[in-house]
Amino acid sequence: MNYFVIILGAILVNNIVLMQFLGICPFLGVSKRLSTAVGMTGAVAFVMVLATIATYLIQVFILNPLGLAFLQTIAFILVIASLVQLVEIILKKVSPALYQALGIFLPLITTNCAILGVAILTIQKEFNLVEGVIFAASNAVGFGLALTIFAGIREHLDMQNVPKGLKGTPIALITAGILAMAFMGFSGLV
Amino acid sequence: MEEDNMAKRESTFLNMFLALFAVTFIAAFTLGFVYELTKDAIDNSKIKAQNEAISKILPEFDRLGDPLKVPDESGSDTLEFFPAYKNDKFVGVAVKTFSKKGFSGFISIMAGIDNSGNFSGYQVLEHAETPGLGSKMESWFSNTEKSGQCIIGKNPGSHQFVVTKDGGDIDAITASTISSRAFLDALVKAYNVYKEKENEISGITGE
Amino acid sequence: MKSPVLPGNNLDVMDHWKNFSKGFIKENPVFVLLLGMCPTLGVTSSAINGLGMGLATTFVLLMSNIVVSLIKNLIPDKVRIPSFIVIIATFVTVVQLIMEAYVPALYESLGLFIPLIVVNCIVLGRAEAFASKNKIFSSALDGLGIGLGFCFALVLLGGIRELLGSGKIFDITVYPESYVTLLFVLAPGAFIVLGYLIAVINLINKEKGKK
Repeated sequence: MNYFVIILGAILVNNIVLMQFLGICPFLGVSKRLSTAVGMTGAVAFVMVLATIATYLIQVFILNPLGLAFLQTIAFILVIASLVQLVEIILKKVSPALYQALGIFLPLITTNCAILGVAILTIQKEFNLVEGVIFAASNAVGFGLALTIFAGIREHLDMQNVPKGLKGTPIALITAGILAMAFMGFSGLV
Repeated sequence: MEEDNMAKRESTFLNMFLALFAVTFIAAFTLGFVYELTKDAIDNSKIKAQNEAISKILPEFDRLGDPLKVPDESGSDTLEFFPAYKNDKFVGVAVKTFSKKGFSGFISIMAGIDNSGNFSGYQVLEHAETPGLGSKMESWFSNTEKSGQCIIGKNPGSHQFVVTKDGGDIDAITASTISSRAFLDALVKAYNVYKEKENEISGITGE
Repeated sequence: MKSPVLPGNNLDVMDHWKNFSKGFIKENPVFVLLLGMCPTLGVTSSAINGLGMGLATTFVLLMSNIVVSLIKNLIPDKVRIPSFIVIIATFVTVVQLIMEAYVPALYESLGLFIPLIVVNCIVLGRAEAFASKNKIFSSALDGLGIGLGFCFALVLLGGIRELLGSGKIFDITVYPESYVTLLFVLAPGAFIVLGYLIAVINLINKEKGKK
């Protein structure tokens, strides 16, 4: 039951992109085509879960016992940056096919605030490791959901007659606003 | 543009190692220093905020007893009780209570119960509801001019702490029924646990 | 254009002024470069939150630009980015600790977005694109200018949302609450107001370009 609340909460109610405003850069940047949106989601999901596990272990076994919780930000960002590099190197060797699909998105992920955000939130919400992993995975799904819906809408938007001044980013943002309104309908669900 | 022409260090292993080591070393040193510098201020500001909240919601007191942590009905969460005394006489207790039934989940409230068992005040500590609702909650249920919505001087024994829509005695905040339910849920929880432990809590004189 | 008196010889003054002022409209990090969108949307439910976030980011930008420019020749190219990240993260933590100690209420309301300054693309972007190639003074001006431009964008967005959504500006009531449109302080309002603001700034920049 508890897990169910975490999952539903992260995907729909507190959607990471539309309600928490994390990962907006890729949300606006790579959402012009559906295929790139799917690739980005895969890369984010992969790194988000790994990063949450790694940062959780560091917080619990290194920072907390040593009373160094104030080094959280610096420790987490270094872990995430190295993890992204590591994933890139390993993926290249082990699964060239997967690397082909996700490779170009990986360097962008270090500065994706959704990853660091979810890692910090996992600690703040005092989740245990299992809950943390579920939380991270659900957030990745939430990210993917928002991104794919948005990419789908934007593909259609290209063919519409948009007022000249609103072309490009402005209309994309307003569309995101309406999408966020739709997601607000889920509040109070859990 | 004023381009600097001084040669950069080459990327040999030793250079890279030294550079990264130096940067992280200085960073850690700086942070340790700033942490020591701000540590007391951070602790003080937390205690100050808590004491301020307590002093707003209880009758006049001159001393706070040791806080007491009591598990709630589910056993997985705890309520915190801060008994207050004046001239060593128990005048009331501040209860840090919560509800998970808010519109967006968790709400944390500091509620004051006086020595006759009525609510004497409350402060919303934390909520994730609609922005602005926190301040609305603050004024709504403490508005003594509107007896239908005010909870000051009442208790769940004398009045039904349920919104009127659900057949209770308390008017919900306009257009925020769910948040109002959560608010009352937190208060009732505080009251029930207090009643259960009344003797234990009011009996402590802290001496 | 008016140029305030800045250190340096006369020829440089224009350059310095440009380094400083470009961040406001022409190269505004939010409206034009579309960077740092997460905090822009996330904390601007009121003008004061926008200001707090803007100033915190400005401090980090200024300090990291200065330090990066100072040590740019000591850092080998290949470990450039990790070193920059450590420097930025250090200043972010400094801001975090100071805010928690002295402005706890603001710290609470900005919450998660304070540590997230570290992944704000603006900060790393300026370190990499400007400070690692320029002298200290220009780098400091660049950091300050871009930071204040970011601040300006956040206060503007926060002010508009606060005015429409709660009838106040900087917590001062402007019109009664019964006329407000709550939507603007909620998540959708952030996207919508920013969308229209960008459209307006685009128009301004276009008009300027024509002249």
